[in-house]
Amino acid sequence: MTEGGVLRNLAAVLTVVGIIVVIWYAACVPMNIKGVLTQAAREGVAVVPEDAAERRAASEIGLVWQNRFAIPQTWAEDRPRLPAPHQVAIEMWETTVEKKITSKRSLIYHGWVTLSATLLGFAIGTGLGILLAVGIVHSRVMDLSVMPWAIVSQTIPIIALAPMIIVVLYSIGVQGLLPKAIISAYLSFFPVVVGMVKGLRSPDHMQLDLLRTYNASGSETFWKLRLPASVPYLFTSLKVGIAASLVGAIVGELPTGAVAGLGARLLAGSYYGQTIQIWSALFAAAILAAVLVGILGVIERVLLRRMGMAS
Amino acid sequence: MIYVAFALALWALGWWVNARLASGPYASSRAVGLLAPAIFGLTLLAVWELLVRGLEVPLVILPPPSLIALRFGGSLPILWADFVQTFVKGALSGYVIGCAAAFVTAIAIDRSDFLRRGLLPVGNFVAALPIVGTAPILVMWYGFDWHSKAAVVVVMVFFPMLVNTVAGLAEASAMQRDLMHTYAASYRQSLVKLRLPAAMPFVFNGLKISTTLALIGAIVAEFFGSPTVGMGFRISTSVGQLALDMVWAEIVVAALAGSLFYGAVAMIEKAVTFWHPSQRG
Repeated sequence: MTEGGVLRNLAAVLTVVGIIVVIWYAACVPMNIKGVLTQAAREGVAVVPEDAAERRAASEIGLVWQNRFAIPQTWAEDRPRLPAPHQVAIEMWETTVEKKITSKRSLIYHGWVTLSATLLGFAIGTGLGILLAVGIVHSRVMDLSVMPWAIVSQTIPIIALAPMIIVVLYSIGVQGLLPKAIISAYLSFFPVVVGMVKGLRSPDHMQLDLLRTYNASGSETFWKLRLPASVPYLFTSLKVGIAASLVGAIVGELPTGAVAGLGARLLAGSYYGQTIQIWSALFAAAILAAVLVGILGVIERVLLRRMGMAS
Repeated sequence: MIYVAFALALWALGWWVNARLASGPYASSRAVGLLAPAIFGLTLLAVWELLVRGLEVPLVILPPPSLIALRFGGSLPILWADFVQTFVKGALSGYVIGCAAAFVTAIAIDRSDFLRRGLLPVGNFVAALPIVGTAPILVMWYGFDWHSKAAVVVVMVFFPMLVNTVAGLAEASAMQRDLMHTYAASYRQSLVKLRLPAAMPFVFNGLKISTTLALIGAIVAEFFGSPTVGMGFRISTSVGQLALDMVWAEIVVAALAGSLFYGAVAMIEKAVTFWHPSQRG
């Protein structure tokens, strides 16, 4: 892409992000106005209408219009229904940069707990997934009997197994990192199997025939043709897989009321009404996902260029 | 021990039958294509049953399939109520609202090249995020009942659907568009007669991805708070009571609902995009 094209795309993306931020700030006003007015009335400020019951029944937009003085306060509440973007940003700054990493309130600490489970599970899941895919491609029996189930598994919410795995493993004494990693592993397993099978099968007849004329053995065909040809497919499913792994690790932290991890932050935030904490945990998870997918994308690009397959 | 030996023998038998089927003359027929996975699945269930009985695995770790089936048959009313609460009220309504909203948004931004250029990377980015995390926020806003679950589903399906629809609308080739232009077709005509039909494979791809996301969203959102009915609620409370047969029964319901939902959308796709190479086989 030309430099001008990149710049124009960047401008477009920034515009869209800007629009979203503006909508967000605007949405904070009606979302938080009732809480702000209740607070103000308690402090003796005159609000319209004065009766609390009447305020509860009134529409948010009308309340905003009648109490315009309260608008700035809707972006600075302690426990808002919808925190403003800068409140979330400040909270994230305070809990990442200004807290020690070892602190229980450090977002980096919680992020690391989730990330380590994600990465361990992702490694297990992709490793087993690639092995199974190799088996499926080379064995007609496995292809016929296992592959349909791998495809069906994509349409069912296997994440529903998560609470059970955590509790069952806990009851036999396994806890901490491993149960979450197992959930991450099986969530990334099936996308990798399906993508990898597709990739290993992507060489066409012409290429396979060529290798046959070279008198290549089965393993040579595999290492020199099938495996390299599968790399683009593999990376596509790796990106899906790592996102699924992260979701798995987060959901895996919910059922035991875990004390650490981004999922635990979400749960604790929702118990205690700490909305800013929920939003900052959510953004931390989003940044983590984006970074992980981004790293895979960079590796993919470098690898494909090295292999001479870059498009 | 006899059970375990029997399980191993059964496994070997199932594998042998499938190996014969796979190397036999009808290996690529449709019947074998259905029979082989069925045999594999049934063997797996039987081996599970025999191993659990043979090794005397405690019920709180892994109940045998027969007990799960009994529990499934015995609590149909509860399972049905949970299904209605989570799937029909939560997932399905959210799915319809989310997909429709994304479809309309895609058509709305389609006219502006600038917006499309900006929204596509943002949409792709958001589609990869762990959006289930919005569940606690939405449960706080919309209460414990199905409305909050539908809201989670809307947020989850919106971006994958949007990205797919926008990509689909760009699918009609320049040649085809020029042809519509020479017919003096208006924007509306070329949208309805050329670009929407051409976008359908992509739209259905988005719809199919969204079926799974909708169920995941509805179930996980119930882990953050729900009325005393619903699949996610039943799973988390039954896990707490160590009633694992009930958990497995709910998982069976979730699996059935997920694959039937996907199958239904795939069938509609077959009828709508019958012209597409991937459907003509």
